[in-house]
Amino acid sequence: MSQSTMVVAQATTTEAPAPAAAEEGAAPAGEAGHTTESTGAEGGHGGFPPMDAHSFPSQIFWLVIFFALLYLLMSKVALPRMAAVLEKRHKAIESDLSKASALKHETEAAIQHYEKSLSDARANAQGIATETRSRIAAEIEAERSALEKTLSAKLAEADSRISATKAKAMQDVHEVAAETAAEIVSELTGHKVSKEHAAKAIAGLKG
Amino acid sequence: MAQGIDPIHQFQLHDLAGPWNIAGHEISFTNSSLFMGIIVAVVTLFLLVSAARGALVPGRLQSIGELWYEFVHNMVKNVLGHEGKAFFPLVFTIFSFVLVANMLGMFPYFFTVTSHVVITATLAVFVVALVVVVGIAKHGLGWFKLFVPSGVPMVILPFISVIEIISFLSRPVSLGLRLFGNMLAGHIVLKVFAGFVVLLASMGLGGIIGAIAPLGMAVALTALEFLVAFLQAFVFAILTCVYLNDALHTHH
Repeated sequence: MSQSTMVVAQATTTEAPAPAAAEEGAAPAGEAGHTTESTGAEGGHGGFPPMDAHSFPSQIFWLVIFFALLYLLMSKVALPRMAAVLEKRHKAIESDLSKASALKHETEAAIQHYEKSLSDARANAQGIATETRSRIAAEIEAERSALEKTLSAKLAEADSRISATKAKAMQDVHEVAAETAAEIVSELTGHKVSKEHAAKAIAGLKG
Repeated sequence: MAQGIDPIHQFQLHDLAGPWNIAGHEISFTNSSLFMGIIVAVVTLFLLVSAARGALVPGRLQSIGELWYEFVHNMVKNVLGHEGKAFFPLVFTIFSFVLVANMLGMFPYFFTVTSHVVITATLAVFVVALVVVVGIAKHGLGWFKLFVPSGVPMVILPFISVIEIISFLSRPVSLGLRLFGNMLAGHIVLKVFAGFVVLLASMGLGGIIGAIAPLGMAVALTALEFLVAFLQAFVFAILTCVYLNDALHTHH
C-alpha cells in the first residue's frame, strides 16, 4: 500500500505543469485546432495527439458508447454469472460444513451411548460378581459349620471312647496288680491270699 | 526511420471509418474507438469464459476471473460498506476498462486508450458528477455539509469551506491527469529508450555494444510499466470508491 501511495504522490507532483497545458488545449477548441495545424509539422494530424482538441468529440462519443456497453454487459451478464458461481461454491462449502458437524454430533452421541452401555455392563458385571461371591461365601460357611459339627461330634465320641478305654484299662491294671500282689504274698509267706483281699489292701494303699 | 522512433507517433489517432458528424462534431471511428471495442470484448469474453464452467474447484482461468471479481468486490465492500453494493458493477466496469486499456497498451503497435487526456478526464468528471448526484439524491441539500466540517471555529470556517470546495473540485483534475500522465509518460519513456537502441545499433559494432544499456533499461521499464498499468487502474478504482463514500456517508 505504501508503494502505491508513493507512486500516486510521484504522479501528482510530476504532472503539476500538465493541468495548464490541458486547459490550454481543451478550452478554446477552435484555437487549439488552428495552432496545431499551423505548427503541425511532425505528423499527419499535427501537434501533440493527446492534446488535440479536434479528436475530443469522437473519443468522448465512443467512450460513452463502449463504456455504457461494458457496464451493461458487466451488470447484466458477466457479474451475475460470476456471483452465481461464487454463491454456489459458498453454499456447497456451507452445506458440507453443516453436514460434517451433524455427523460429528452423531458420532459423539454414538460414543456417549457406547460409553453408557459399557458402564452399565460394568456395573452389571460387578453386581453379578458380588452376588456370586456372597452366595459362594454363604455356601462355604454352611458347609464348614456342618463339617465342624460332625467333627466335634466325632471328637466328643472319640473322647468318651478314650476315657472309657482308659477307665477299663485302669480296672485291668488294678486286677493285674491285685493278682500279682496275691501271687507275691503267697510266694513270700506261703499263705494263700484271696484276690479280693489283695485288691482291698491295694485300694487301702491308694489314698 | 524517423517516424519509427518518434515517441509521439504511438498516440496518433487516425480514422478507420467515417468521417461522420453529429451536430457539427466529428465522431469518426478511430483506432482509439477500435481499442475501446476490443477492451469491451476482452473483458466480457474473459469473464464469461472463466465463469462458463462454474466448477466447484476452479481451474486456472476461472481462478483469475474470480480473483478479479473478488478483488473489486472486496475493495467496494471495504470502502463503501453494505450500501456500496449498488455501485459494485460501476466500479468493476471502471476498474476493468482502465486495467485492460492499460494492459493492451503494453503490446507493441497497440493503441493505449488511457493515454489520451480526454478519455481519463471524461471518466474522472463522470465519477465526480456521479458523487454529486448520488450525494444530493441520498441526503438532499444536507449533503453540502460535506464542505462545512463540524467542530471548526466560526472564524476560520469560511476558509476551511473554501479549501474543501477547492479540494473537491480538484478531484476530477487529479483523478484524470494521474492516469493520463502515468500512461503517457511511461509509453514515451519506453519508446525513447527503445528508440535509442535502434539508433545506436544502426551505428555499427560500437553502437550495438552501446545499445545494451538502453535495451536493459527498456526491459526494466516494461516491467515497471506493467506494474504502473495495474496500479493506476487500482488507484482509479479505489479513489472512485473513496469519492463515492463521501456521497453515501457524509460524516466527515
